[in-house]
Amino acid sequence: MRMKQLALGVALAGIMAAPALAQNSIFVPLLTYRTGPFSNSGIPIANGMHDYLAMLNERDGGIGGVKLAIEECETGYKNEKGVECYEALKSKKPVVVNPYSTGITLALIPKASVDHIPILSMAYGLSASAQGQDFPWIFNPPATYWDGLSMIIKYIADKEGGLANLKGKTIGYIYFDGGYGLEPIPLLDQLAKDYGFTVKKYPVPPADMQNQSGLWLNVRRDRPAWMIMWGWGAMNPTAVQEAAKINYPMDHMIGVWWSGSEDDARPAGAGGKGYLSLNFNSVGANYPAIQDIQKYVIDKGNSQTAKDKVGDNFYNRGVMNSVIIAEAIRNAQQLTGKKEVNAEDLRRGFETLKITPERWKELGLEGFAGPVNVTCTDHNGHHAAYVQQWDGTKWVKVSDWITPMKDKVQPLLDAAAQDYVTKNQPWPKRTEACDKSS
Amino acid sequence: MDLLYQIFVDPFVQMGTAPDLLVQTLWEGLVSGVLYALIALGFVLIFKASGVFNFAQGIMVVFAALTLVGLYEKGVPAFLALALTIVVMLGLAVLVERLMLRPLVNQPDIVLFMATFGLTYVLIGLGEIIFGGDPKVMIADQLYLPRGAIDVNMLGGFVSLQKIDIAAAIIASLMVAGLAVVFQKTRIGRALRAVADSHKAALSVGISLEQIWVVVWFAAGIVALATGIMWGARSNVSFALEIVSLKALPVLILGGLTSIPGAIVGGIIIGVGEKLGEFYWGPLLGSGIESWLAYVIALIFLLFRPQGLFGERIIERI
Repeated sequence: MRMKQLALGVALAGIMAAPALAQNSIFVPLLTYRTGPFSNSGIPIANGMHDYLAMLNERDGGIGGVKLAIEECETGYKNEKGVECYEALKSKKPVVVNPYSTGITLALIPKASVDHIPILSMAYGLSASAQGQDFPWIFNPPATYWDGLSMIIKYIADKEGGLANLKGKTIGYIYFDGGYGLEPIPLLDQLAKDYGFTVKKYPVPPADMQNQSGLWLNVRRDRPAWMIMWGWGAMNPTAVQEAAKINYPMDHMIGVWWSGSEDDARPAGAGGKGYLSLNFNSVGANYPAIQDIQKYVIDKGNSQTAKDKVGDNFYNRGVMNSVIIAEAIRNAQQLTGKKEVNAEDLRRGFETLKITPERWKELGLEGFAGPVNVTCTDHNGHHAAYVQQWDGTKWVKVSDWITPMKDKVQPLLDAAAQDYVTKNQPWPKRTEACDKSS
Repeated sequence: MDLLYQIFVDPFVQMGTAPDLLVQTLWEGLVSGVLYALIALGFVLIFKASGVFNFAQGIMVVFAALTLVGLYEKGVPAFLALALTIVVMLGLAVLVERLMLRPLVNQPDIVLFMATFGLTYVLIGLGEIIFGGDPKVMIADQLYLPRGAIDVNMLGGFVSLQKIDIAAAIIASLMVAGLAVVFQKTRIGRALRAVADSHKAALSVGISLEQIWVVVWFAAGIVALATGIMWGARSNVSFALEIVSLKALPVLILGGLTSIPGAIVGGIIIGVGEKLGEFYWGPLLGSGIESWLAYVIALIFLLFRPQGLFGERIIERI
């Protein structure tokens, strides 16, 4: 009898608890990779994303009084595992999915567009998905890879005395030989044609991320005036070390924002000094919001972050990713008047997202990043980034904010979006209305 | 015509006009080759003694390197950490023999092979739980491994020899020579060879299979540690090192699974071949060809010697 009562009690408790959990939280899954060859890049980002959302739960009781249900799914940066995670999480009604991999994003774009789940690929993924008209469910602020590449070319041109001086120069492009590294190539080829420079491409296959000496001998022979890097995971520190090994001038080697963590430059020791990379968030822990993360999450033992890693570049990148999610949720709550927003509400929240410098300040992150402005038609914003330089121990900002070459990027984006839609017929036509505030 | 020129003439013209780059390429190939040989040696040792293709050899490289750096980060002095890592690899060998090999005696080879898959995942999980997935910087300075480069002016240019690469080549060569001596000249080496030839015959003359298995897995563990230190110093210590270990596969195809000289010669042929191929012919094919070129080189050799360079020719009566 007692056993029967106990079983009944447990069953009832389960029935009552399940809807309570479902009704009183907003489900935010995080696709992360804390294991495998890309974990050096994946871990700090996963920590930053988790810790900021966890801090909101602890400090503010969630967003608008509703707690965030955070769940990580380990992808190992593998496309098939990412899709598996997405399918498993879909039934739990996520309000947004962060793939944290261009390959996974490319695989999820067609699915999410049918399932009506927003995908946030913050400054990665398919550049063309910035077109809100064709990709109403995909968001990639604050800048696309093509924006990033055009900013790098502008920076190089500035150092060379103007875009006209690029004529006749050779620029090397070393990249991860996958969806991520291949993404900016169409624009690079176009810019080479427009400005008369030659591009030498050096693809790094995933299996040879830590075995690049042959490729860098090619660099030594070709002597490119500048090297641009689109690396990730273990590829980055290896490339920086190999560049130092062939005495390549490090202040002429510039990585995209995903090739600029402390752990990318540090292993090269003194040889890595001078290495450059783009960035769109600040480095350091001296922000009230990050102090709150320390106080409410890390000090309480609710984080996997080592204390000395708080404020590292990729940790802050993860924080910024979660700020964008949180602000979109807040926005959606204001738009709809609902506290427990769903995926459709969040899509509207993203399409009206505006993080002004004043708002960054209110968030306790004054000067942490540039303004973010997403609209119904522009899901990216094409915002500026700056160049940072490794001084041997830390990153130092060495340029002003550089805006992308919109005149070059936009026509290509439009054409690429059109091309994508044509090749993926029947592509769902946008039926979602734009909000007035967008 | 232009393509034929680029394939058959231009590379050799380049070799002649920039001989310093040829020497540099050969040197890079030699260093990579020696390291490939070292990884391949780990596979060969275990295969010879137990007939098992040890899929876990790659993760053993990561596990050994992580243990070394992890212990150092916990405050253990570098050389003590090195000694303790050797003890850990011995412990691993004992556990593998007790928990994996002994219960699977007399099972088909494929069962043992699959068991090494399981071991791979156990070591990945264990490594991540104990040391985390963060990359670590190899304690090269603390182990007095040299840093920096020696630039030699020669042949109208310069050849840059990284001191760590020189050290890697010397240490790997010494290890290979040491293992060869152990195999040829010592009692345990003779026992190993006897086991490699025939388990049953070895047992009949009183050789303990269990002991031999522990010895070879331990030797493979030491080889993994040396590889992890050298490769970790060239990049960093992370789980990506496991992928580098797969480079041993074309070496094994080429050198044969049972031959120590095969692993050495095969490693050097693959290392030098892929660097020459990448440097002189890579740009024709869009560069980044090393990952598959190694297999092409191995397959070309196999056309002429199906058993590998030094592998045993298996003749079976039907």
